[in-house]
Order: sequence, then structure tokens, then C-alpha cells
Amino acid sequence: MTDISAHAHAIAQTRKRTWFKLETVFDHAILILGSLLMLLPLLIMLQTVTTPDLETMKLGPTFTIGTELDDNFRKAMFEASGFSGQNTGMNMLKNSMILGLGFALGKIVIGMMAAYAIVYFRLRFATLAFWLIFTTLLLPLEVRILPSYEIVQQLGMMNTYQGLIIPLIASATATFFFRQFFRSVPEELIEAARIDGAGPIKFFIDILVPLSQTMIAAMFIIMFVYGWNQYLWPTMITTDENMYTLVRGIKQIVQTLEGNNIPEFGRANMLALIAILPPVLVVIFFQSWFVKGLTESDK
Amino acid sequence: MKRAGFSTKWLPILLLLPQLLIIAIFFYWPALHAVTSSFYLQDPFGFGQTFVGLENYTHLTSSVEYLKVAKFTVLFTVLVTFFSLALALLFAVKADKVLRGAKTYRTLLMWVYAVAPPVAGFIGLLMFNQTWGPLSDLFKFFGWDFTLGVNYFDTAFAMIVVSVWKQVPVNFIFFLSGLQSIPRSVREAALLDNRSGTRRFWDITFPLLAPTGFFLLITNITYSLFDTFGVIDTLNKGEPGNNPMTLVYKVFVDGFRGNDLGGSSAQSVILMILVLALTVFQFRLIERRIHYT
Amino acid sequence: MAQVSLDSVRKIYPNGAEAVTPSSFHIEDGEFVVLVGPSGCGKSTLLRMIAGLEDITEGTLSIGERIVNDVDPADRDIAMVFQNYALYPHMSVRKNIAYGLKNRKTPKDVIDAKVAEAAAMLNLNDYLDRKPSQLSGGQRQRVAMGRAIVRDPALFLFDEPLSNLDAKLRNQMRIEIKALQRRLGVTSIYVTHDQVEAMTMADRIIVLNGGRIEQIGTPSEIYHNPASTFVASFMGAPPMNLVAGELSEGILSFAGLDVPMTVDHRGPVTLGLRPEDLFIDAKGPIAMEVDLVEELGAHRLLHGRVEGQQLTVHLAKEIAAKTGPLRLSCDPSHLCLFHPDTGKRMDVRHKATPQARSNTTVESKA
Repeated sequence: MTDISAHAHAIAQTRKRTWFKLETVFDHAILILGSLLMLLPLLIMLQTVTTPDLETMKLGPTFTIGTELDDNFRKAMFEASGFSGQNTGMNMLKNSMILGLGFALGKIVIGMMAAYAIVYFRLRFATLAFWLIFTTLLLPLEVRILPSYEIVQQLGMMNTYQGLIIPLIASATATFFFRQFFRSVPEELIEAARIDGAGPIKFFIDILVPLSQTMIAAMFIIMFVYGWNQYLWPTMITTDENMYTLVRGIKQIVQTLEGNNIPEFGRANMLALIAILPPVLVVIFFQSWFVKGLTESDK
Repeated sequence: MKRAGFSTKWLPILLLLPQLLIIAIFFYWPALHAVTSSFYLQDPFGFGQTFVGLENYTHLTSSVEYLKVAKFTVLFTVLVTFFSLALALLFAVKADKVLRGAKTYRTLLMWVYAVAPPVAGFIGLLMFNQTWGPLSDLFKFFGWDFTLGVNYFDTAFAMIVVSVWKQVPVNFIFFLSGLQSIPRSVREAALLDNRSGTRRFWDITFPLLAPTGFFLLITNITYSLFDTFGVIDTLNKGEPGNNPMTLVYKVFVDGFRGNDLGGSSAQSVILMILVLALTVFQFRLIERRIHYT
Repeated sequence: MAQVSLDSVRKIYPNGAEAVTPSSFHIEDGEFVVLVGPSGCGKSTLLRMIAGLEDITEGTLSIGERIVNDVDPADRDIAMVFQNYALYPHMSVRKNIAYGLKNRKTPKDVIDAKVAEAAAMLNLNDYLDRKPSQLSGGQRQRVAMGRAIVRDPALFLFDEPLSNLDAKLRNQMRIEIKALQRRLGVTSIYVTHDQVEAMTMADRIIVLNGGRIEQIGTPSEIYHNPASTFVASFMGAPPMNLVAGELSEGILSFAGLDVPMTVDHRGPVTLGLRPEDLFIDAKGPIAMEVDLVEELGAHRLLHGRVEGQQLTVHLAKEIAAKTGPLRLSCDPSHLCLFHPDTGKRMDVRHKATPQARSNTTVESKA
């Protein structure tokens, strides 16, 4: 085996020696181009938030870094647009946080509980429950958006955090994910725990939850990003400016670009940056967990 | 289910209850309601409804506008899916190959995953800004006067570019992880059997990536149909007018703005059937995939 | 400490498959019993029913004086060691061992003392604060043992505990487990598919096949007097030679060998011969064509054919051998006879001077 692979490497090496430079340079060129395509808009936004709006309007993005960062940040975070004067960046940030965290937390807690019941109990209607829950994977919220909206209205949950979060939880992605994971946990673990005298609640808390740490972290990141980035549902459910999230508020941000004589590029781009940064940072910092969670959820 | 599962009766029911309650109220009821109200004509002022059978559906199929939207949706879906997959595959293959800076490239190519679709749309507005947008400038250089939001074709073009930009990272992550899960021994065996790197890619790597590709194909179609709502809404600047839109966007516009609940519900049901068909297709592929590996 | 009794214990799965036919046996206090059989023979199911991890469909199971059919595993006063160790991966060795005691609300100082005692017994003192992932296979198996020991159970259950270890470690752990059991004197039931483990560790062996008990006996009984062709071929490495012979008029004949014996049977018969009961004899009645000499250091195995039937012969290392024709004799008192259809063993009474006639037969043939 080692002989063969060493031989293969040798072949690769001799073959590469002639092509080495050109091919590698080409590979890197493509990757750098791709990275730049991804990065360019971010750089433009970073440049414009430091520049006075008038300058941006006339010249567009340039290579100079201006001095307006503080001012634009202040305008974005603490000055309100709209009629009520309540949707400051700060307030929208708070709402986005609540939506992202609340959604992730709710989804994980409810999903884990349901998955635990399905995998670890002898339940007569387990198959029925399974199908009831997993059918929800088939239809995204978008196709049943109007009736969902009506229900939330009837329940008096318009402009509330529960109205924002709970209907979004009504799909089984996390449940499905944890079911897959629980099924891969060795059978003997529950047997050993039962002989060790652990009941269902003890087993869950002492063994299963600590064992799922990585999975919980991965799910949390994915769900946080998903919740934070929700747009259509918040657009329908929150009419009160006080309840706007950053992503929901983007529409108003766009309108500030349109309406004014001098479009407020600095402020608008700052708000867009603030809407982008938290989920992006989470994804970058917890990259390995996030990738694991994402790619394993389809198995 | 585990062989030695607990036999407690009340606990699992208690554990399942929140999930079942939520999906009953916020999934099954609305889905059912969408189906039933697609057979009714809603009074625009809220005074009752009349049963009209399949009229909402027949009305749709004969509507020139609906067919136009459907056509655009198909074209949009095909283009977005194709370019997102192709670009992601190219980047993944290269990122898997290079030794230096692989991790940096990975990060740079995937962070956009976390950008919300409407924010991506907002970024599109900047890039295609009529006076100084870098992309508009580029097109102007080639003599193409790009007018976002005015010209139907230009707006559609921007929608596709932004949607692809937003989707490449997810595909990239999946392709890269698919590439990295190809066993070393297989690569080495291929290295012994074939001199040409290109041939090795098409003969060995590409077929082994096919399961990932099939999975992503479905995901990308679903993405193009549903998750691009934010991109489209932002690039339309909330004023659809004569601008291009997708089927999902039309459900929203007709139902929420136009108050045509019956017509909108009928559209929802058509989309539901579409998604169900896609999912059944996907499950059959996954079944095949189990045999494959 | 406890006795274990099974009375017509049976297992039928919901899909209708009968994993264990009604089985009865009794295990004495302090006895080490091994359940052995090929995979799928029901040995694990039987063990798991005793542990309470699997429901008993019919019959009664008692541990000590108590019928435990409906008792929760945690309350059966048992400890179990699993094939893949089943250690809790997120807990240190110390916590793994202590977990069962903690759940029983044992006082902390008692737990500490018991963990220390078990760790000393198993040479785990230096590893108490490590996680299972930082241990070798043998060490993990010791931790699993420790977890069982600290509970002072009435009954130890082992479910193929050594099959994940490499051969060398397996031999070593076999001895350790046996010694430990001797020292603690705890009744033990040990499941394995490895007949060497069964032979070396058991006080008594229960051989299972297809959900049925084939034979119960001491290792020596099982080896020398197998109850069926299945047991004969399953126990022993290399297994017993099983060849077709013929019984007529009180004479058993096979390949030039004629042995007078009293059996209530006429016609074809299956003859069982242990490889070590055959020996080279230039004047022997059996003509063998040796195809292969398997050199094992301490001894040699000859593989070949006698009248077209496969035969293996065990030779002491002093005796040289080569491929080609060879003549053999055997000690007829070690012969086993099995019914050709049922495979069951048939009772035999040997007559005196068995070799007399066979020699003349050979000479007349030669």
C-alpha cells in the first residue's frame, strides 16, 4: 500500500515538475478572482461608510479612506428614520438578536425533545408522529405564507416576538438533524446507562445532551444565521417600526437612498454592514462546526 | 428506535407535544387553509366568500401575466442553478487542490453564506448603481448602458447575478466537503491509471461528486424558487411594476397587496405541488445514492 | 452473589422471528458460564433478556430467589460489560466508574473508596482523570470492568467484551477477567463467538445454535463428548474431523478402519475424530494423501484426503511430515458417532481389542 502511494507521489512529482508553475499560478488566480468577487462589495461598503455622502454620490467608491466613520456610525445606530422615530440601528440590532437567538434556541430545544421522544422511546404512534413532523420539511413557509399570516393575526400575535419566532419554528429541520444524530449514537450507551440506573430524564441530561454538544453548536450557528436573515415573514408580521429587525429594515434603508436629495450612503451602508456582520462573524469563527453541521444535515 | 428504548408512557408524549402543537397550528392549519381557500373567491372588502371550484386555477392558466411570470421563474431557476453550481464546483476543485492558503480561500469563498438575501439585493443596488456602480461601469465600458429597475432585461440580469453570488458559497462548502471525502486511495489509484488531470477529474472525481451534485441541484432549485424573495424584492425596490418577478413573489404581491386571496392561494397550491414533486424526486435520488455508495 | 435460573425462556420478536426457543438452565452461585455459538444463534438475545434490555416473551427468569421478568435492568443487581465498551465519552474514567453508584445515591466517600479500590485492582490509577478517547482498547475494557466491579453486583454479564481487541491483548485480558472473577467470586455469564475463549474461561459452556441450546457441559465434556456434529465442528481449532462411515453387524468401517462396537443403528453414520487422536503409523489402516503441512511452531497440522474426504491430523512438533501418501491409525476409544440425518450423537459401547481385525484387513489389502 505504502509502496503504491509512494510510487504515485513520485509520478505526480515528476509530472508536476514540468507544469508546476503555470498550473499552480492558474489555480491561485481563479481562487483569488473568486475571493475578490465575494469580497468586493464588502470593501466598497467599508469605504463608503468612512466617506461623506456628497463625495460618494459624485465619485462613487474610491480608494481613499475618509473620516466620517464615527458620524455615520452614530447616524446609523442612534438616529431613526421613518415616522415613529423608533427604528434606530440599535433597536433593530436588538430585535435581530432576539429573533436570531430566540429562533435558534427554540428550534434546538423543541427539536431535541421531539427527536429524543422518537428515537429513544417505545412509542406506539412513533411512526405517525415521525411522518407528521417530517412532512413539514416538504413545504417552505413561503408557500403557506398568507394563511400563516392570518392565523398569527387571529391569535393577536402581530408585532410580538412570539408571533415572529414561533411560526418560523414550525418546520422539522432541527428535529430531523437530531434524529439522525441520535440514531448514530451507539446502542450500548443507553443500555449501559439503564443498567447504571439512569432513567429517561437522567440519561438525556447526563449523557445525551453532553454527547450532542458539537451538534448543538453546529445547529445553533446554522439556525441563528437562518433566523437573523429572515425577511418575508418579519415583513408581514411586524408593521410596528419598533419591532423591525435589521434585515426587515433594509427596505426602508433602500428608500432613504431613493428619496433624499443627497442619498445617505454612509448611513445606509453602515446599517447593511451591521446587518451582515454578526452572522458572518459567527460563521467565520465557528467555521468547522458550521461546515460539519451543514454538510451532515443532508445525510 | 433504539432496541432498549425506554417504555415510559407519558414522557415521550410530553416531549413531542410542543413540536406537534406548533406544526398543527402553524403548518397543517395554514397549509390546509391555503388549499381550501384556493377554491373560493374572496370579497376584497372582507364580506364573505363564494365557492368557485377550480375557477381560480383556470383563471391562472389563462392569465398572460401569470404565464409570463412562470416563464421568467423557469429561466431564472435554470440560470441561477447552473451558474451557482458551476462556479462553486470550479472554486471547490481549485481550493481542494492548492496546498498554500487553502483555509484562507475557504473562508473568503464561504462567508457570503451568512448574508441575508435582501441585504445581498441591497449590495446589488450598489454594484449596479447607475452613476458609479462598479459593474455598471464595467458594462458601460463595453457599451451597455445598464439601467437597473427600468429596463426589464437589465433588472433580470442583476437579479440572477446577485442570486448566484449569494448561492455560490453554500454549493462551494458542499462540493469541497464532498471532494475531501473522496478516499485518498481512490485518488492515488486514479493517479496511477491516468496521466491527464482533466481526464481524471471527469472520469473519477466528477462521478464520485455526483451524489452531492444531485442533492445540491434540488437545493438550488428550491433556493431559486423561494429563498430569492429578498433579492427580488430589494432589486425591485418594493415596486414590482413592470419588473421581473418569480412565482413566489407573485403569491405575495397578489395576496398581500392585491388582496386576491383565492388567486394567491391557488398559486400557493401550485407551488406546493411543485415542491412536493421536487422532494419526491429528491428522496428517490437519495435512495439510489444509498445503493451507490 | 446469586444463582440464575431460566425456565423455558423464549424470545419472539414483533416481526414473528423466534430468536430463542424455550430454553432452561440453572447457573450455580459463583459459576462462570459461557454462552457460545455463531453469530445470530441467539446468545446475545439471551444475555440481553437476562440483563432486562430485552423483554422475555415466555418463561420465567430468576436471579437469586427473585423472579425478575418485569424488573427494570437497574434493579436486577447486575453489571454488564459491552463489546464496544459503551463508556460515556464525555466523562472521565473516574466519573464513568462512579456513574452507577451516583445514580444509586451512594455517599460520596463510599464512591471514592470504591473507585480507588477498583482502579487499584485494574491498574487504572494513573488514568482516572482521562477521557475514554485518551485510552487504549485494553484500558477502555478495564474501565468498563471497573464500572461493573464497583457496583458489587450479584451477577456479571459480559457481551463479547474482547472482540474489539487485537489477538495479543485478547489473550491477556482473557486471563485478567478470569482471575478477577475467581477473586471476586461473582456469578458470571459471558457471551462469545470465540470457542477458545469459551474453552479457556468457562466452568460450564452452553453451546447455542439457531436459537436452540445444543449442549451444556464443562469444557472437557463439550470437547470430548460433543452432543452433535454442530458442537463437534464448532468447538476446537482445528475442529473435529467429520467423515462418512458405515455401521453393519456391530462393526464400524471407515477407509480400511474396522472397529467393533455396539450401537443401535445400521447403515451410514457420521464419524467424528479429533485431529490429535490420529497418529502416524506405517502399518495403520487409514491411507491419507497429505496436501498441505501447516507449520504452527508448537505443532503441525496435516491437511489431506482419505478416500476423497477431508481430514486434518495434529502432529507433535518432534514428528516430521511432508506432503504425499501417509498411513494413519487412531485410538478408537475416542471415536464419536453421530446420526447421519439428525447430527445427534449416538451412544457407543466399545468392544475389546479393536485393532486386531483392522490390521489384518490392511495386510490383506496390501
